[in-house]
Amino acid sequence: MSAFGAALKRELLVLWRSPAEMINPLFFFVMVISLFPLAISPKPEVLAVIAPGVLWVAALLAVMLSLDGLFRRDQESGVLELLLTAPVMAVVPVTAKLLAHWLLTGLPLVLVSPVLAHMLQLPNAVLGTVMLSLLLGTPALTIIGAIGAALTVGLNRGGILLAVLVLPLYIPVLIFGAGVIRAAAEGGAVNGILAILGALLALTASLGPLAVSAGLKISSGN
Amino acid sequence: MAFESFADFLAMGKHGFYVWSAYGISAFLIIASMVLALRGQGQVRQTLARQQRRAELDAEVNDESRT
Amino acid sequence: MLGSPRYFYTFSSSVLPWLTPIALVTLLAGLVWGLGFAPSDYQQGNSYRIIFIHVPASSGALMGYMALGVAGLVAVVWRMKMAEVMLKAIAPFGAALAAISLVTGALWGKPTWGTYWQWDARMTSMLILLFMYVGVIALQNVIRDPRQAARAAGLLAMVGVINVIIVKYSVEWVQTLHQGSTLKLFGESTINPAMKYPLLISMLGLWLLYAVNVLMRARTEVMWRERRSKWVAKLVTRPEKGEQ
Repeated sequence: MSAFGAALKRELLVLWRSPAEMINPLFFFVMVISLFPLAISPKPEVLAVIAPGVLWVAALLAVMLSLDGLFRRDQESGVLELLLTAPVMAVVPVTAKLLAHWLLTGLPLVLVSPVLAHMLQLPNAVLGTVMLSLLLGTPALTIIGAIGAALTVGLNRGGILLAVLVLPLYIPVLIFGAGVIRAAAEGGAVNGILAILGALLALTASLGPLAVSAGLKISSGN
Repeated sequence: MAFESFADFLAMGKHGFYVWSAYGISAFLIIASMVLALRGQGQVRQTLARQQRRAELDAEVNDESRT
Repeated sequence: MLGSPRYFYTFSSSVLPWLTPIALVTLLAGLVWGLGFAPSDYQQGNSYRIIFIHVPASSGALMGYMALGVAGLVAVVWRMKMAEVMLKAIAPFGAALAAISLVTGALWGKPTWGTYWQWDARMTSMLILLFMYVGVIALQNVIRDPRQAARAAGLLAMVGVINVIIVKYSVEWVQTLHQGSTLKLFGESTINPAMKYPLLISMLGLWLLYAVNVLMRARTEVMWRERRSKWVAKLVTRPEKGEQ
């Protein structure tokens, strides 16, 4: 585990030194959400209906856009080649990188989500479910998106292509993530749906890093 | 035959528009894909033939200049 | 044996001349039977005749993506050249079939549901399948090196196959949450044999045509990849018999 710990520390340090990459997704999340009351209707009863979907679509886009440059700096500086040829399996540093990235970009979204959910007129009893759904869902989004980022790392125009590749893969997480909030708002049972989200996270967390390192190997041409 | 006349067949009950546009669009897409596949093959063949002819000409020119 | 590009080329040269007419005749026979001779449905009248292209296209699109996933696995893990070629050859016709499935489904939906589009489980899954075909094709078109492009698309297709399965269940789950009015187009497999046989025949015909399309595209790709080899050079200057 020490290799993992060292890699995690390094990644956290690197990200910490460029705070814009951390803060921008958070601002994006808040801004996109504040567009909806202005564009659709500020009426509380309308907002409460669209809130689960709005929160989740905004979180999904924020995570996806934050991933565009995930491996680019490493590739430009040559760290990526080193990482793929290192004696440790590529999966270990890749997992560390994904965890660090989620801690500094995904977790902040989870932490501000109750405030935004309240602004979107969701009842207070649901705020816990909002946080839990994002807590289980955003890491899955980070991992799935990283597969797309790994496959497009060497290409100049990553942005839109990344969206085309990754958005279809996000749909199950989106459905269950927004679905659990809706179920909670309607007073239904949430544990089963949260378990499904947990299962999706377990699936992506176990297979995702393998796919990401395979993708990086393909992109770097070996 | 499930229809009494050809006009009946074209009318498809009241649903001629839906049935025939479904088949028309399908036919268009299938034929387009087949044609594109066929054209791609022809284009690759032509490109390769052209490259080869040019390579042979280059070789001849080189031979002549050497003698 | 089929792993060798040259063997594949000669093999497909001998298969295509008879597979193509068989595919076309089978498809046309199934469609003519279905459109003109099968009895009309007692509930839907004649609009149900869209089934003879809708169901074959849907199943073909789904099978095509599964095949992409298998080819992806072989290309990424064993780096087999022919699997890479197949990744490029399978995708376009599959995407066309997914589009056909959506359009015919919408045109069937209007007289049946009263609307062209409904977010029911099958239509939604097919839409997402089309998006995933688009992703695979887009990724292949952007990466220069053909081998790298194929393997990248292969990895994406592998992930996509897992996604297809999860999407199907999650979309069905959303349906139960909404309890929308989903009118089943057909009851539980109680389809009249007089409708079933033309359906099976046109399905077989379209699948065979898919195979023809894949072989044609794969031959093009093989020829391009092997353009520096002697056998391709010979082929280009002296076309084989029965080909122009």
